[in-house]
Amino acid sequence: MEVTITVNGTAHTLDLEPRQLLVHVIREQLRLTGTHIGCDSTSCGACTVLYDGTPVKSCTLFGVQADGVEITTVEGLLTAAGLDPMQAAFKEHHGLQCGYCTPGMMLVGKALIEENTSPSDDEVRTAISGNICRCTGYMNIVTAIQAAAAATTDAPANA
Amino acid sequence: MLPSSFEYHRPTTIDEALELLASLGDNGKVLAGGQSLIPMMKLRFAAPAHLVDINRIGGLDSIEEVGDELHIGALVRHKQLARSELITSKYPMIAAAAPQIADPLVRNLGTIGGSLTHCDPSGDLGAVMLAANARVALKSKDGEREVPVTEFLADTFQSSIEPNELLTEVRITSPTGAYGGTYLKLERKVGDYATVAVAARLGMANGSIGVAGIGLTSVGLTNIKATAAEEALVGQAPSQELFAEAGRLAAAAASPVSDVRGTDAYKRHMVEVYVRRGLTRSAELAGVA
Repeated sequence: MEVTITVNGTAHTLDLEPRQLLVHVIREQLRLTGTHIGCDSTSCGACTVLYDGTPVKSCTLFGVQADGVEITTVEGLLTAAGLDPMQAAFKEHHGLQCGYCTPGMMLVGKALIEENTSPSDDEVRTAISGNICRCTGYMNIVTAIQAAAAATTDAPANA
Repeated sequence: MLPSSFEYHRPTTIDEALELLASLGDNGKVLAGGQSLIPMMKLRFAAPAHLVDINRIGGLDSIEEVGDELHIGALVRHKQLARSELITSKYPMIAAAAPQIADPLVRNLGTIGGSLTHCDPSGDLGAVMLAANARVALKSKDGEREVPVTEFLADTFQSSIEPNELLTEVRITSPTGAYGGTYLKLERKVGDYATVAVAARLGMANGSIGVAGIGLTSVGLTNIKATAAEEALVGQAPSQELFAEAGRLAAAAASPVSDVRGTDAYKRHMVEVYVRRGLTRSAELAGVA
């Protein structure tokens, strides 16, 4: 089935088998391997992408469902100007160790600060509660997302 | 994990979907949020030959009051339910349950229609809708029938929907007078199935309890409506003794099994505790505690 999916601003017309999961389309067809496969059972959030701006688990959607949809993967965070404030904050605040959950964490963080420019600890923890990190204990992830929110609010010229 | 091969259909109107479902018969399956169906397909517990994706059908995602009823469209996502001003201001039991379903990413896609049709005894909305005496509207080419959720949640992973039918709407009678409700969920971590959860609501009439609803999650082969406990409440003045008795009756209606989340005795006890607490909270919200 022919579909057109826009990923990180670029439209891709692809011929997909309906049973192909969105995560496989992103990783294997588009070769964007920043989107990870963790549990492959809707539990861990490593495969999180933004689906028309909303964070979803790309292992639990078929690629054909994304026809006409705008997808953002972690690769889409980087701009010509450099790291996105979310990426810069994860680097600065050591919001990762092994990095496996990081793409999902950053994308959930992006979606959160889009609608809440100053999230509390609880709000961040709720937002990332569908994403599992086995290294950090979450402390620095929460700090990083809050720092990215502050950086984004303080520097509207970047937007 | 890859599901078995299937043919994908994406109707844009209800009529088109009903036409497809009628022609596909037992080979067709409706895809809504997919947050239970797709994992089932990946595990090959489900292998439909045809998927009818209803996500592009307009008009199935509204939450509105019509006359004395609340109508929730089948495609309303759990996130939308949790954030609806109508729900948070007027339907406290649903408002309490919606943000506790699965995790935020699943709530962004999962739908009320899909959740109910999936008939998972660990489903949160099944218990809520049993406590709410909800009905579901099932449409087919031949027309529409309204089925009480008590009948709709027929068995484990088995609803009473016919292959040619589409669940389009969930309907609840709007509360009147003083009322309250809540959903209490015991879970090991976000995203895990409930160890035990209880949906409870009370509505007052002339100083005594006029309506009562209690639904149970994860303590039987389906969500359970604690009918004996509900009947014991109606017509009585709210009190801690009464709520404790309702808790005992609800626990007697539960049939939990021991698993990694706890023993059957523990779960039964937690039903009793949560029913008592849920009713106490409901009475507080109704202003009669």
